[in-house]
Amino acid sequence: MPAAIELIGITKRFPGVVANDDVNLRVERGEIHAICGENGAGKSTLMKILYGMQPADEGTMMIDGKEVTFTSPTDAIAAGIGMVHQHFMLADQMTVLENVILGSEPTKTGGLIDFDEAERHLREVGEAYGLTVDPGDLVETLEVGEKQRVEIIKVLFRGARILILDEPTAVLVPQEVEELFRNLRELQASGATIIFIDHKLQEVLEISDRITVIRRGKTVTTVDSSSVTAADLAELMVGSELPSPETTESTVTDVVALEVTGLTVVGDDRRPIVDNVSLTVHQGEVLGIAGIEGNGQSELIDAIIGTQELTAGHIRLMGDDITTASVRHRREAGIAFVPQDRQTDGLLLDATLWENAALGHQTKRPFSKGWWIDRAGARARTEEIRSEFDVRSPGVDVSARALSGGNQQKLIIGRELTTDPVVFVAAHPTRGIDVGAQAEVWNDIREARARGLATLLVSADLDELIGLSDTIVVMFHGRLVATLDPSEVTPRTLGSYMTGAALQPAGADQPGDHAEGGAA
Amino acid sequence: MNAGLVRRVGLAVAAPLVAAVVAILVSSIVLQVSGSNPYETFKTMLENGTKLETLIDMLNRATPLYLSAVAAAIGFRMNLFNIGVEGQYILAAFLAAVVGAQFELWAPLHIAVIMLTAMIVGAAWSGLAGLLKVTRGVNEVISTIMLNFIAVGGLVAGLLPRFIDDPTAANQGTPQIADSGRLPDLNSWVEVFTREITKGRRLTGVLLVAIVVGIIYHVVLNRSRFGYDIRASGMNPDAARVGGVPPKRMILIAMIGGGLVAGLVGMPEVLSDTHAYDQGFVQGLGFAGIAVALLGRNTAPGMAIAALLFGFLDSSSAVLQVSNLASSEIVVIMQATILLVAVIAYEVVNRIRQRDEVKRAAHMVEATA
Repeated sequence: MPAAIELIGITKRFPGVVANDDVNLRVERGEIHAICGENGAGKSTLMKILYGMQPADEGTMMIDGKEVTFTSPTDAIAAGIGMVHQHFMLADQMTVLENVILGSEPTKTGGLIDFDEAERHLREVGEAYGLTVDPGDLVETLEVGEKQRVEIIKVLFRGARILILDEPTAVLVPQEVEELFRNLRELQASGATIIFIDHKLQEVLEISDRITVIRRGKTVTTVDSSSVTAADLAELMVGSELPSPETTESTVTDVVALEVTGLTVVGDDRRPIVDNVSLTVHQGEVLGIAGIEGNGQSELIDAIIGTQELTAGHIRLMGDDITTASVRHRREAGIAFVPQDRQTDGLLLDATLWENAALGHQTKRPFSKGWWIDRAGARARTEEIRSEFDVRSPGVDVSARALSGGNQQKLIIGRELTTDPVVFVAAHPTRGIDVGAQAEVWNDIREARARGLATLLVSADLDELIGLSDTIVVMFHGRLVATLDPSEVTPRTLGSYMTGAALQPAGADQPGDHAEGGAA
Repeated sequence: MNAGLVRRVGLAVAAPLVAAVVAILVSSIVLQVSGSNPYETFKTMLENGTKLETLIDMLNRATPLYLSAVAAAIGFRMNLFNIGVEGQYILAAFLAAVVGAQFELWAPLHIAVIMLTAMIVGAAWSGLAGLLKVTRGVNEVISTIMLNFIAVGGLVAGLLPRFIDDPTAANQGTPQIADSGRLPDLNSWVEVFTREITKGRRLTGVLLVAIVVGIIYHVVLNRSRFGYDIRASGMNPDAARVGGVPPKRMILIAMIGGGLVAGLVGMPEVLSDTHAYDQGFVQGLGFAGIAVALLGRNTAPGMAIAALLFGFLDSSSAVLQVSNLASSEIVVIMQATILLVAVIAYEVVNRIRQRDEVKRAAHMVEATA
């Protein structure tokens, strides 16, 4: 029997980086096949190719044994492939039924929408796959899990037999995840093939029949879920031969550079996103914050940078209270910042490299003199960054858009580290960049640490956290729930803290104690 | 390398060139269809355009267009779609004319008082929209449209009757400003350069103001820290905010700055022409300025060229009407076509340029890797 999907030798290059390098994938009919890899490993590029959003540079793609080429998602849908995006594509003000038929409305004579037929078909699909939704409900009144179900039904309604789910659990609470998994198993029982993209090992092991691991754009291997453990999978994902970002001897001093006390951020729904967080970073120390995305790390960092209003708490920089200070004041006082999304928060893509090097430091020399921008000074500094941080570009007058992701990242790290910062806040500094650039970024952080810089590092790459940090704190549901010594911790134990699994027996009712421990 | 340079220069001039050619083609077709001779029409426009009085007329028309374009461009550079220049300049000109007619002063002081009044009124009206956006989150497009209506249809229309000088006049207006509040024309300069008599046309002194405004705009935007903040906010407001640029303050300052310049748009009329605000006061410059800003890509030199082009086309519209060669509306069609084609051509050129740059950088990386 031919496979539902077979990819042979798929390669996709972007300027300066190979996103997919000779990827081979075979998904059998009726199986739940997980694709597993770190952020930036090339999972989403592969899925975009499979869904017709981007063409592959090389390789063949076969659906049910027949070779296909997709030029748009329409082709993929016609071939029976459906994609459930991580971010819902639903119109809140419309009903479930209207959302489901949007774009493929059944019509009566005269071009009117045949709502009766649509509803009949919707119920049919729902029953066939065991998914229950009320077609008349407004989408805005639905829970997140229900919205996701609508997305799945939307895809099935269009006749998809192969479903791609892109990190479907990222937005769900644990109960909803269970519900989703039940639904997926029913789908499988009714004959659907499911491709499940994720990087959460426990979930992948629980739901999938087989797992294909992708690392640095290459398919490492495909394994049966029953024959591997989470630890095996982690090793496959990270790769034991990778340069480990180990720091040498401790450079931690007694001088407190950044002190956060009782920081609380309350969201729109009045629930705390960051809940009474206290932490201290000393000069020469790297404090790593571990946690699954969406547990308040980005809000904590935004509050320290000054772009997020805090509900309670204090922030001190070298002893000065900067709780109410403007972003500019904090920047001038010596907070350097690498945002987690370099393109939306870190760069002016259409501006030149030297203008980008000035961003955030435009009030200081050598970028400006008094009221005026010092073009010569800014250019000279950018040249320095270019050679010291190995930013590969034709010059300092090209636009930032022209650089590859890794070079953009090196430019940002370079601009932040060359201005003699006091505190360095880095969010996912090596996300989505190639191995070489990653090693360089690790090196830069280690050198800055040796010079006495206090670093707050948020990362989803556990090896990076363990290798670079002097202390690791774990953030879960907005709280700091554990303080760990990186020399004793393994990715596995760290992972169990991040998912909250390690908290149930002991520390569940007093997570505050751990946080206080972090401050001490 | 040389080929690359040629390509880049070619790309830079391609957009305006294509726009001009397409505009001439389209208006030729329209002329032909409507029974006029395109060749004769363009010949007359060009012949007329080389006369000194037409050149002066062109500069007179380009001056307020340029000021209006700069006023709008300050907001545009920050992605603030300030379309309130119309209301700002009309309200400003009206109040400045009223204030200016109240007294006689030492001439430079009198002129300064009139200009400052106009600028402050323009800034206040524009700042109101900025304040609404910053404090209440009101979209500036909506608030400036509303403020245009309130200014032109409400305040000016309502207040003008109170200040009518001569109720029996055909064109009722505010009292005439005394001689000390009239800006000298630049005819003596023109005559020095051309040794030709200007045949009754008077080149407005506000042209110098417009040039100064253009230079300040250019220098502040491209060389100052503040201009850097403005450009950064326009290119990527999130990154600018993370980079320490205070978003609310920037919105307020940009709106107020735009309003200051908008106040000057009505000055050629008040200071050099009618010396009053009357019912025939020129309207529509605020919207025309948006077109000029768009065509000139919000840069000081680009907008200057665009304003001159629109000024030239406006002045030839009068000639076409007199010569009976074609309907004067053909000029509006040309302006619209140029604008439309130019905007599309700019975008195409921009994409080609970006692609070139990415390729060049990728090439370079492969070479060194």
